[in-house]
Amino acid sequence: MAAHVLNAEGLNCPLPILKAKKALKDVPQGEILEVRSTDPGSVADFAAFCNQTGNTLVSSSTEGKIYKFEIKRN
Amino acid sequence: MLDTIKPGDLENAKSMSIIVTKGTLDWAYPPFILATTAAAMDVKVSMFFTFYGLTLLKKDLDLKISTLGNPAMQMPMMGMHMTMPNIVSAIPGVDRMATTMMKNLIKKKGVASIAELREAAIDLDVQMIGCQMTMDLFEIGKDEMIDGIEIGGAATWVGIATKSDINLYI
Repeated sequence: MAAHVLNAEGLNCPLPILKAKKALKDVPQGEILEVRSTDPGSVADFAAFCNQTGNTLVSSSTEGKIYKFEIKRN
Repeated sequence: MLDTIKPGDLENAKSMSIIVTKGTLDWAYPPFILATTAAAMDVKVSMFFTFYGLTLLKKDLDLKISTLGNPAMQMPMMGMHMTMPNIVSAIPGVDRMATTMMKNLIKKKGVASIAELREAAIDLDVQMIGCQMTMDLFEIGKDEMIDGIEIGGAATWVGIATKSDINLYI
């Protein structure tokens, strides 16, 4: 379990991204934010978000109906 | 932290401008979704609200949808889809019903409200410009609109657009 977790379950586009952006502000550089979402669109969206903002998408996985992303703040 | 900014970083920052011309509940979504998402992705965003889009800057957001002009509109209902032909908007109460249905769907599907997205846009430092000519034309006072916005005209947008990577008209 990561130290920083954002539960974005039940939220639709673009709320998971907006909440992740806000949550990343409180994550120290080099540490990981774990985001949990139920929006299938967030798989492509978090890849694009990390690519554009220079953060690292360490992992992107699925647990049942939950999409899990680990974002390292750079 | 200054040493983490490499030369050219600030010049390379991407920017986007959006002209917002529509003020119905459904059409308020595309500009606010794109503006907030882009701003969250470190893109500098400016929104220029003109004509019916200006209503989205009002303190009192009372947005409605109309079936008129939206011939492709479909509402999910009991596992089916109900089409909304233009002609039904002439029936009293239909637009109100469609608005209520849309608001219920928005809540049920975890979609943000326009007020929420506008709040997020302000938090993300999205520049919002109200069109002076529209304010004069429809007699909308600055006191009716939210704080933190700027007022400008076509030249203001052109000035921004010539420096933007992306320019959208919605």
